[in-house]
Amino acid sequence: MDIPTLESLNLLAVLPAIILAAYTGLLLVVDLFIPNENKQRTALLAILGLGATGVALGVQINQYSAIGDQMAFGGLVIVDGYALFLQGIFLLSAILGILMAMNYLPRRGIERGEYYSLILFTTVGSMFMALANDLMVVFVALELLSIPLYVLSAFIRDDPGSEEAGMKYFLLGAFSSAFFVYGVALIYGGTGTTSLDGVAAVLAGEALNLPLALVGMGLLLVGLGFKVAAFPFHMWTPDVYQGAPTAATGFMSVGAKVAGFAALIRVLVTAFPGAAQAWGLLVIAIAILTMILGNVTAISQSNAKRMLAYSSIAHAGYILVALSAAQFPELAQEASSAALFYMLTYTITNLGAFAVVMAIEKDDGSGVEIEDFAGLAKSRPAVALMMLIFMLSLTGLPVSAGMVGKFFVFGVAINAASQSVWLAIVAIVGVLTSVVSAFYYMRIVYMMYMRDGDEEAEYPAIKPALGTALAVTGIGTLVLGFLPTLLFDAAQRALIAGL
Amino acid sequence: MLIEQYLPIAILLAIAIVLSLIVVFISRIMGPFRPTAKKLSPYESGMTPMGPAVRRFPVKFYLVAVLFILFDVEVIFLLPYSILVQDLGVYGLITVSIFLTVLTIGFIYEWKKGALEWE
Repeated sequence: MDIPTLESLNLLAVLPAIILAAYTGLLLVVDLFIPNENKQRTALLAILGLGATGVALGVQINQYSAIGDQMAFGGLVIVDGYALFLQGIFLLSAILGILMAMNYLPRRGIERGEYYSLILFTTVGSMFMALANDLMVVFVALELLSIPLYVLSAFIRDDPGSEEAGMKYFLLGAFSSAFFVYGVALIYGGTGTTSLDGVAAVLAGEALNLPLALVGMGLLLVGLGFKVAAFPFHMWTPDVYQGAPTAATGFMSVGAKVAGFAALIRVLVTAFPGAAQAWGLLVIAIAILTMILGNVTAISQSNAKRMLAYSSIAHAGYILVALSAAQFPELAQEASSAALFYMLTYTITNLGAFAVVMAIEKDDGSGVEIEDFAGLAKSRPAVALMMLIFMLSLTGLPVSAGMVGKFFVFGVAINAASQSVWLAIVAIVGVLTSVVSAFYYMRIVYMMYMRDGDEEAEYPAIKPALGTALAVTGIGTLVLGFLPTLLFDAAQRALIAGL
Repeated sequence: MLIEQYLPIAILLAIAIVLSLIVVFISRIMGPFRPTAKKLSPYESGMTPMGPAVRRFPVKFYLVAVLFILFDVEVIFLLPYSILVQDLGVYGLITVSIFLTVLTIGFIYEWKKGALEWE
């Protein structure tokens, strides 16, 4: 019997994820001894843990140029630039998610310590999604990521909307996990391995069982499509995003989506370069439909959370545009770095937009209709300015992170257009639907600046935690928008070199 | 892998299906069938049936069932480990310890949350 040695385990390479996993278990126990009225301490402890993990990750990123890619757990896990970058995104979104919840949960009267532990559990799952180099690891990470999110969406126990959100998300999520596992089983049946490199090697060698592996790949696309809310697997998104507590909605609209894409890009690019034409066409079709459906449906929404849900579907479509360019081996690296950069901008901007929604939401959960933004520029000028920045960024207008992200994504699609006319079409649809999206994003801006609101409208006080989250996301959106505009080529080159 | 290698499994499946069909229906076909009200009533260890079978029961039983899984899974993994304890050596011991620690965290959590108390 082969017993793994310490060298093959290479635990040091996955130290950040291990630290966070151990810390989360500890936090769950420690939280039991923190009295109910002091649950903010749990939140601070959670941020402390994420910070410690961030330090470990920072050390790793610092050493990355010297050490290069590493394997751990005997090849089940790979630590490369891609994984390091994504882990950074996950830690950032978890810290911001907790900062927002610290203000939001006590107001809604649902502050329980488990909320913070569950966010950490999800983050551990996301980190392993990015690290995974084997379909089984992807699956376990996917479950570790999803199950806490089901609980988070149902966190307002006595609210039927939240219950509905949790139940719907759980049933459809469990269903999609089943698709994913079935896909893994078929790929194993077709190739005899679940390792991503192994699958690629078998597919490159002989096409004997290609149909079986291809069907399996399609099922993986279905399973992960659910997680990232791509058409036609987006049905759960509006209801879940609207019903879940806003803090959880904001967190899962970035955490789950980015993690889903982390696995999707890694699996398709690493394991299925041999079937690139097949999945390339599929991804293009899904991307076009997702962008059209998300943007067009968002126009008719009157609830801000629901509108942001459809907008998050649309943004999944934009990331798929980058992925569709990754079907050409020479562009795979550029395409995945474009997707990574887009996910970073989307994470910061979308979390910021939800932080603003939280800032105007009333204690009973109402007050998040688009009408409720009326007159915000007069009563809360700073918050309105933040929202303006986030809306500009989500639309993709200049001097914002979103514009740079979209530039990378559509840029790589246009680079690939010489290889296949479909890439040109997908890029054109992307640009056109971005124009459509301006309509509903700018409607909020119109409401805030042009319309007079209720003079007596009372907004909840913004506590330091939410203020910090707003400041970080607002400044982050601007910095990501400004710096690459100045140093555009250098940034792109650095991104590609680092991955 | 060739499809012929699955042949024994297919034969086993066919035998299982045919055999179970025979077992279920042979007594119905061969034996006499003279129903009375008593014979058709559900079997409750010879007692006279009382009340409907679908009854309301406390939701706490679901909690107990979920908590049971914690220890159920523990045993499922410990049993094969106990056979390979010698071969796996220190590596196995550490791995299983980590697994048990995680389960213990869950146990401490349910205990402190009062999930083990009935009232």
